[in-house]
Amino acid sequence: MAAAPFMFFLLATVAVVAAIGMLISRSPVYSALWLVLNLFCVAGLYLTLNATFIGVIQILVYAGAIMVLFLFVIMLLNLEALPRLEEINWTMVAGFALGVVVLSQLLYVIASGFDLPMEAMEATAETGSAELLGKHLYTRYALHVEVAAVLLLAATVGAVMLAQKRFQ
Amino acid sequence: MEVALNWYLGLSAILFSIGTLGVLFKRNAIVLLMSVELMLNAVNLTLVALSQSMGDPDGQLLVFFTIAVAAAEAAVGLAIVIAIFRRKLTVDITEINLFKF
Repeated sequence: MAAAPFMFFLLATVAVVAAIGMLISRSPVYSALWLVLNLFCVAGLYLTLNATFIGVIQILVYAGAIMVLFLFVIMLLNLEALPRLEEINWTMVAGFALGVVVLSQLLYVIASGFDLPMEAMEATAETGSAELLGKHLYTRYALHVEVAAVLLLAATVGAVMLAQKRFQ
Repeated sequence: MEVALNWYLGLSAILFSIGTLGVLFKRNAIVLLMSVELMLNAVNLTLVALSQSMGDPDGQLLVFFTIAVAAAEAAVGLAIVIAIFRRKLTVDITEINLFKF
């Protein structure tokens, strides 16, 4: 079972590199493509966790639908890269410090150890199966699914309302 | 050597922080929305890792709803970006300051 850590480190490294690439690339198209790579790596990490259904949904919805929407808007608006900032202003320094503080806080909370069952990481493939998730989704969480459907309908109507040519 | 839960949580923390830096640094409104997606994605990774390590499918159901909300957020956010671009011909958030005194 030496393949699991290898796969984890490979996918984790590529995911972090892709996230940093999204952060530092100046063209929005490149940022979107880096983010697609990151989403694929996270989907692979879901597969290493035996959460197959969520992994497939991640690729279908995130990498398939949402990122296509982003790329479509970028192409539609015909965006170019914004001009480079000449000087480093204090807000960037403050932002970087804030990000480092967030990271160190999160890592401190993780490292300081809340007692979790670390040995139960093996197997449990059945809790990630589409069958079990669908059973829960359409029985206990049926109302939530309905609310999510209404939310998506409202978002669709709102997006059409906002994007139509009415604000000229 | 087994992959521990802590590694997944640490990776998720790193991805979340990179998303935070993206929100704080980037001036392009569309890339800002993409950074928010990255942060949501990091939280999803935490939920799935904890759900699988505890053998409880509720975390993955929460991820399902998070993805639905993220899709709605992306659609509305991009529609707002299009509406602003129509009026101001830019997506630079330093120039979009309608609410600024």
